[in-house]
Amino acid sequence: MNERTDPGVVFDEASHDWVAYTVAAEDGARRIELAVEGITCAACMTDIERGLKRVPGIVRARVNLTSRRTSVIFRPEQLSPDDVLRRMAAIGYPSHPFDPALARDSRSAAASELLRAMGVAAFGVMNVMLMSIAVWSGNVTDITPETRDFFHWMSALVALPCVAYAGRPFFRSAIGALRRGSVNMDVPISLGILLAMGLSLANTMTHQLEAYFDSALMLLFFLLLGRYLDENMRRRTAVEAETLATLRADSAIRRQPDGSLARVPVSRIAPGDTVLIHPGERVPVDGRVLSGRSELDMSMVTGETLPVSVSEGDRVHAGTLNGGGLLTVQVTAAAEGTLMAEIERLIEEAQSAKAGTLRLADRAARMYAPVVHGSALLTLIGWMLAGAGWHVSLINAIAVLIITCPCALALAVPAVQVVAAGRLFRNGLLINAGDAIERLAAIDTVVFDKTGTLTLPEPVLRNAADIDADLAALAGRLALSSGHPLAEALAIATTARQPIEGASETPGQGVAATLDGRALRLGSLEFCGFAPAAAAAARALHPTASLIAFRADDGRAAVFSFGQRLRGDAVDTVRRLMAAGLKVIILSGDRPAAVAEVAAALGVDDWTGNADPAAKIARLDALKAAGARVLMVGDGINDAPSLAAAHVSLSPVSAAHVSQAASDAVFLGALLRPVVIAYEVSRRAYRLMMENLALAVVYNLIAVPIAVAGYVTPLIAALAMSGSSMLVTANALRLRRVAEPAARAAAVAPLQPSLPNEAMP
Amino acid sequence: MSILLFLVPVALSLGLVGLAAFLWALKSGQFDDLDGAAWRILDDEDIGEPSELPRPRGDERRSA
Repeated sequence: MNERTDPGVVFDEASHDWVAYTVAAEDGARRIELAVEGITCAACMTDIERGLKRVPGIVRARVNLTSRRTSVIFRPEQLSPDDVLRRMAAIGYPSHPFDPALARDSRSAAASELLRAMGVAAFGVMNVMLMSIAVWSGNVTDITPETRDFFHWMSALVALPCVAYAGRPFFRSAIGALRRGSVNMDVPISLGILLAMGLSLANTMTHQLEAYFDSALMLLFFLLLGRYLDENMRRRTAVEAETLATLRADSAIRRQPDGSLARVPVSRIAPGDTVLIHPGERVPVDGRVLSGRSELDMSMVTGETLPVSVSEGDRVHAGTLNGGGLLTVQVTAAAEGTLMAEIERLIEEAQSAKAGTLRLADRAARMYAPVVHGSALLTLIGWMLAGAGWHVSLINAIAVLIITCPCALALAVPAVQVVAAGRLFRNGLLINAGDAIERLAAIDTVVFDKTGTLTLPEPVLRNAADIDADLAALAGRLALSSGHPLAEALAIATTARQPIEGASETPGQGVAATLDGRALRLGSLEFCGFAPAAAAAARALHPTASLIAFRADDGRAAVFSFGQRLRGDAVDTVRRLMAAGLKVIILSGDRPAAVAEVAAALGVDDWTGNADPAAKIARLDALKAAGARVLMVGDGINDAPSLAAAHVSLSPVSAAHVSQAASDAVFLGALLRPVVIAYEVSRRAYRLMMENLALAVVYNLIAVPIAVAGYVTPLIAALAMSGSSMLVTANALRLRRVAEPAARAAAVAPLQPSLPNEAMP
Repeated sequence: MSILLFLVPVALSLGLVGLAAFLWALKSGQFDDLDGAAWRILDDEDIGEPSELPRPRGDERRSA
C-alpha cells in the first residue's frame, strides 16, 4: 500500500458511516468485526490485542488466529468505530469492518451442528461398544441371559436417543431426496441405520444373543467425521474468501440528502443516489456522469486496455477504474445495469446448461442403491425358498443391508475431496464448488483471458531505459501528487518518495508544480504542450501502450509508455500446461495487436482478440461441441459468463465479484502457478477417488456373500465397517504427499517483469 | 452380578458428564480458534505491569 499524499488536491474527507457496521453487545457496548491485513503469526495477535486493550473505552479485543479476524467490543459513548480503525492503523494493521448486513457464516452453523452430532455419536458408540464387548465375550463364555438382556436394554437406552439426534443430518437429506423423487447416498445410509436399530430392538425384546446398536452408532460416527471435515474445509475457504472480499472494501462515497458526504457499503446505494468517484477508485455502480471529466480503464469490463474518456452525460459501468478526474455520478442501477443484467443473464443460461453433470458420489449412489436393495430382497426370497422361517430370512436380509451400509462408499469421495481441498488451500486456491476437483481432473483444454489473468492488473512502465534517470526521478516525484493509475505506476517504477510541494491537479489532464523556479508538468501529451503532430508520432511509436508525458520548462520532455506486464510465471505455467498435454487458448476482449504480443511471448498459436462475452461463450460452445473439456481462467466481468459456461473455471483474487462467484475456485497471489497445481492435485485426487470406489466395491464383494449366507455377527459387522472406512481414509491421505506447498513462499515473493521489453519498438 | 445394575448407570452418567462438557465447550466458542489458543498461553499480559498506566487514546504511534 503506498501512502497517498494529496498536497495539491483537497477533497472533502468523506466521513465513513461505520456505525452501521456495528452490532449491539452486552451492557450497551457495541461489537465490530474487523478483517485485518497482515496477521501472519502469534506475535501479531499479541500486538493487536495489547494495542487495543490500552485504549480506554475498549471492553474486549480478541483476534481469531484461524480466521484472521478481530472482534472488538467498545463503549460507543467513549469511542467511535473510526477511533478503533485509526488505532488499528496506528498499530500497523490496517483493517476493514465486516458488513453485518451481508448474510454470512451459515457454514459455521452447519459445522457446529455436525460437531455436536459427532460428539453425541462418539459418546454413544463408546459406551455401547463397552457393553457390546462384554456381551460378545460373554456369549462365548458364561454370560447369563438376564445379564445379556440388561446390557442390551442399556445399549438401547443409550443408542436410541443418540441415533435420533446424531442421525438427523442424514435423515433430513434422505427425506429431501426422496421427496424430489431421487436417490442420494443418504437414503441407503438412513435405511441401513434405521433397519439396524429396528432389528436390534426386536432382538432385545425377544432375548436374542445379538444386537447391532454399536454398528449403527459406529457407522454414524465415521460418516459424521467425514462430513464434518468436509464442511470445515469449505467453511475455512468461505471465511478466507469473505475476508478477502471485505478487505477490498466495496464502498462508495454518497452525497447525503443534507449535502454532506459519507462512505457507505455498496449494498446501501440505491438508484437515484449521487456518488463521488475519486481518481484511482473503482466505479462501484452503474450510472451517468453528472459532472467531471476523466478517463476510465474498462479492462475489467471489456478486456480493452486503452482508457476511454468520459464526461458529463456519459454512462459509466461498475467495475471500471477511474483515471485522473473526480466524477460525480448519478446511480442508474446499483447492481443490475444494462451491462450487468446482460452478463447475469448469460451466466444463468450457462449455469443451467451445466446443471446436467452429475457428481461422482451421486453417480455411485445411483448405481449402488438398487444393487444393494436388490440383493437384500433376493436374500430374503432365497432363504424363504430354502425353507428357513420368516424370522431368519428377515434377519439375513437386514444383515445384508447393514454390512453393505455404504460406509466406505460414502467416505470414498469426500475423504479425498477434503484432503485435496486442504492441499489446494495451502497452495493458495480457494474452492467454491465441492465437485470442482473431479471436473478439473477431466480437462483437456485451458482457455485464458488476457487482461488481468495472464497479465497483472496494474500497468507497468515499459520504456524506462529510454529516459534520462534524473528526468524520470523528477517525474516520479511529481507523480506522487496524482491519483491517476498511470501516475501511481510511474511513482512505483521510479521509486519516488518525496512529493513536490504545491502540486495542483487538473482533473482528467495532469499535474503541474513549480520546483526551484522550474515549472513541471506531468499528464496527457496535450497537457504537456506536445504539438498534435508530435503527439501522434509518439502514439504511433507505442501503438499498444498507454502514454503520459512529462515536461520541464527548460524544454526537456519525456514520454512514458505503460503496458501490461505478464504475471511472473505465466510463460512457465503455459509451458507446463502444454507439456501436460493440454491445449492452451487465449480469448481476450482486448485489441488483437495487444493479444498477439502476449500470445507470441507465451508461445500460444490459438488466440482471439476483440471477443465480447457472447463471442467468448460461442467459442466455448464450439469447443464443447468438438468434445473438449475446458478449464476457463479469467477475471473480468466480461469473462463471468464464460467462466460459468466452461466445464470448470478459475479466477484470480483480483477478479471482479461476479467472476469470482461464477468460477469454481479462486487463486491468491500474483502468480499463475496455482493453475498447474490445481490440475495436478485434481488429477491425482481423481485417481484416488476411483481407487477408493474400487476398494469399496471389493469390500462389498467380500462382505455381501458372507451376509447372504447368514454368517454376519455384530462383531464381524463392526470390524468390517471400521476396517473398510479406515482403509479408504488412509488411501485418501496419500494425497498429502502431492504438491507440498513450496509455492506458498513463492506466491508472496516479489515479481520480476517478464514480458520482454525488446518486443517493443 | 447385581452390582452391574449400579455400575453401568454410573459409567454412563460419567460419559454423559464428558458429553456435556464437550457440548458446553463447543457452545462457548472454545473450538472457534484452534491456532490462537496455543500462543495465548505464552502471553504474560495478564500478570500486569504496575508501572503501566492507561494512555490517552490515539497519541501513541507504534508503527510496525
